[in-house]
Amino acid sequence: MANITVHRQVFQINDLNLWYGEHHALKSINFPINKKEVTAIIGPSGCGKSTFIKTLNLMIKYVPNVRMTGEINYNGQNILNEKMDLVELRKNVGMVFQKGNPFPQSIFDNVAYGPRIHGIKRRTHLDDLVIKSLMDVALWDEVKDRLDAPAMGLSGGQQQRLCIARALATKPDVLLMDEPTSALDPISTLKIEQLILELKEKYTIVIVTHNMQQASRVSDQTAFFLMGELIELDDTSKIFSNPRDERTEGYITGRFG
Amino acid sequence: MNTRLNFDSNLKQLKDMLMEMAHKSVVAIKQSIDTLINQDIEKAKEIINNDTIIDDLEHEINNKAIILIAKESPVAGDLRKIVVALKISSEVERIADNAVNIAKSTLHIGQEKHIKEIVDIPKMMDLALEMLSDSLTAFLKEDVELAKKCAAKDDKVDEMYGTLVKELMGYIQRYPNQTNQITQLAFVCRYIERLADHSTNIAEHVIYLVTGERYDLNA
Repeated sequence: MANITVHRQVFQINDLNLWYGEHHALKSINFPINKKEVTAIIGPSGCGKSTFIKTLNLMIKYVPNVRMTGEINYNGQNILNEKMDLVELRKNVGMVFQKGNPFPQSIFDNVAYGPRIHGIKRRTHLDDLVIKSLMDVALWDEVKDRLDAPAMGLSGGQQQRLCIARALATKPDVLLMDEPTSALDPISTLKIEQLILELKEKYTIVIVTHNMQQASRVSDQTAFFLMGELIELDDTSKIFSNPRDERTEGYITGRFG
Repeated sequence: MNTRLNFDSNLKQLKDMLMEMAHKSVVAIKQSIDTLINQDIEKAKEIINNDTIIDDLEHEINNKAIILIAKESPVAGDLRKIVVALKISSEVERIADNAVNIAKSTLHIGQEKHIKEIVDIPKMMDLALEMLSDSLTAFLKEDVELAKKCAAKDDKVDEMYGTLVKELMGYIQRYPNQTNQITQLAFVCRYIERLADHSTNIAEHVIYLVTGERYDLNA
């Protein structure tokens, strides 16, 4: 039985602690992240949710004075191990941010960027990857006639989907999303949410969101963080109908946090 | 700072409306049994006519609940408060319908002399009303223990119902010209038994409201 459980999880975080200098920002986090599921992380500002998601691809290492203890096991390998190949890790664990941040290049070059730096040079291979990635994010029909146009000319929602396509082009198995719709209008937001539901057929998705309805709509499991602690982690339907911890109830009903 | 002051105030209004509806239904039920005993035709007609007031209150509660769901995106305990208000308002409406049914039985019996003094039906009604009162108090105070006490009394009501109906059926041969009255009295017993069932349902909704878990009190 134990083995089956291990295989269901892409990440298994054990007793993770993180400090920014003296500030203890993540406290003894134990967190399994299930394969091909959407995991939402919610909590008030400063609770550690963005810090946590940035540990999963070690983006957090760019922050000065960060110190971590514990384990972040990715497919059975502890990524906190000194020998970890960060380029390889980030190829497998892609990330999308709050605001679409396309490079000042063409639509095609944005999506081809990742594969190129990983050594793919053949045009036909690149074409295939770009087309497939753009189709995966339902952007292909909107941009197929202007792949050479600057990515900056796309709308905010299209830019965000382009960034998701860029992340998918390196064929990751995990996609991290840090408030991916907070700068988008409601329809673009719903398009991204629909996309998330489609992408989880192929990818494991971890999403940080301030929008609790978004967490309840798109995720399979939801984690509530508060002051660096993981207060509650459960099926999303359980969290939003009958959470165990009264602090979770207070937060999701808008009375606290 | 209470970030949901307006929502909390609306939830309280919803509960107050429901308690007002429940109060009117309890009054109607008590009056209906009095009309039966006193053969008070006028009062029976009044109960039947006034049922629309209770129906209107149910619609108001439903409308308010739907608007709160649409506007406030309630989850967890808030959502249960609204869903349970919808469910309990439906139970209370059915309770009021039973008051109407009893009043209609009063009309059907009319001024025909009772075959015997009506003693046991009010006793059964008292027990059912105790259950209703307990379940409504449990709702008001969100008291799970009080809600659970309803089930024991329901068994007693069911037992009284069985005995009374058997007794009434026995009268049919003895009073062949008064089968209408006997049948109406048996119906009244049935309405009271239903009242007790609705009270048990209210108690179950209270347990769900507080715990988030389904609980079958008649299991």
